Amino acid sequence: MTAPAAVVIGASAGALEALSVILPALPVGFALPVFVVVHLPHNRKSILAEIFRAKCKLQVHEAQDKEIISGGSIYFAPPDYHLLVETNYCLALSSDEPVRYSRPSIDVLFESAADAYGAALIAIVLTGANPDGADGLRKIGEAGGTAIVQDPAEAFAPEMPGAAWQACPAARPLPLAGIAAFLLGV
Amino acid sequence: MTYKLEDIEIRLLLEALFVRYHYDFRRYAAASIKRRLRLARENLGFETYSALQAALLHDPAVLPRLLGYLTVQVSEMFRDPSYFLAIREQVIPHLRTYPSLRVWVAGCSEGEELYSLVILFREEGLEDRTLFYATDINHEALVKAESGIYSLDRLQLFTENHRKSGGKSSLSDYYSAAYGRASFDKSLRERVVFADHSLVTDAVFAEMHFISCRNVMIYFDRDLQDRTIGLFKDSLARKGFLGLGAKENLRFSKYSSAFLDFAHEDRIYQRRAE
Ligand SMILES: C[S@@+](CC[C@H](N)C(=O)[O-])C[C@H]1O[C@@H](n2cnc3c(N)ncnc32)[C@H](O)[C@@H]1O
Repeated sequence: MTAPAAVVIGASAGALEALSVILPALPVGFALPVFVVVHLPHNRKSILAEIFRAKCKLQVHEAQDKEIISGGSIYFAPPDYHLLVETNYCLALSSDEPVRYSRPSIDVLFESAADAYGAALIAIVLTGANPDGADGLRKIGEAGGTAIVQDPAEAFAPEMPGAAWQACPAARPLPLAGIAAFLLGV
Repeated sequence: MTYKLEDIEIRLLLEALFVRYHYDFRRYAAASIKRRLRLARENLGFETYSALQAALLHDPAVLPRLLGYLTVQVSEMFRDPSYFLAIREQVIPHLRTYPSLRVWVAGCSEGEELYSLVILFREEGLEDRTLFYATDINHEALVKAESGIYSLDRLQLFTENHRKSGGKSSLSDYYSAAYGRASFDKSLRERVVFADHSLVTDAVFAEMHFISCRNVMIYFDRDLQDRTIGLFKDSLARKGFLGLGAKENLRFSKYSSAFLDFAHEDRIYQRRAE
């Protein structure tokens, strides 16, 4: 197995609670960058980075355009912008059209990360009530990355992890605690 | 380093686009260009980028269709109202001291940002002494900008934005609505020059007092961003203003010392006097 080099996470309805189990569990010294897309209602000022900065041991940032990626940092997509990973390991934002009604879009992040990291990527689709992330997870699976979905049976909203699992049958369904434990083991 | 086949094809396609038609996307941020090229290839019905390239080289009619995918025409009137409020409250008092003004809206898309500024300048009593330049590389977008017609269902958002930007009039004063469309008054275009201009391949064309270039440089890689900022620096009069998009800034630029951080939150910079 290729050593993992980055983690991408997508979440929608119920995201805050789910992420609150996973992100604060990551210890100082966790070496991978973590990119997170959360669907929020439109035109809200960004609050995610602030909320999680207080809870997490890792550095938490709102992603900035053309920022160089650093390991052991958590990056949130800003509201109303897509977040992409460039192959030269910097981040990029875009104000392209929403994809499947979402901006930021999980698919857009996942596709670009699949391209940049190939098999060295861990992708996680958490709770949500829409199918964003399914296409992206399929591409990550095809590129040889590690695909994980929150077990739909325990998810606050099962549609999103369910759709992703269907699009990428090789994905592993895990409960939140299992996802946190998996990340601690990488 | 080995390249993925697809990446080689994309590089060659962008090279062909440049050599044949002088549209230069080679230094745009790659991930997003790649995504949009994939959409273009799929929707235009090509199996590979090489096949798309062959069609592009031999059939000029493919060009506008491809450009429609490569350039992003997402805009709003008074997008990020606080930007326009900051212009109104902080920039306008400076501009008032000049007897004549030139304003450049670079990457104006279908005109939303341009009309926002013209209306703002009219409300502030500066329109009569101002010449506006509205430029873009997408010619079809410019034609739409010049027509000033928008789907009526967008006007609710535009009106709300205008109000939040400190609008001193009612947006409905400036357009007439019919058949689901809002046509903006042609008097708003009397002092506007529309022109094809690329920030990548074209040069300075006039001295400006205010340049608004929003959500265009975000699509460029860092080197190209820097070239563009250099172009703006050379275009601006001393103490002229540069306004950028909400996620754009001069922090990484080698020209940042030529500018003053004028309204930080709203990404408005002022060219230093020296
Ligand atoms: C996302 S729109 C921004 C529209 C508007 N400025 C706003 O902020 O709402 C980007 C625009 O930049 C134009 N553009 C892209 N590359 C350009 C270039 N090299 N020179 C000039 N305009 C360019 C596109 O055609 C498009 O109209």
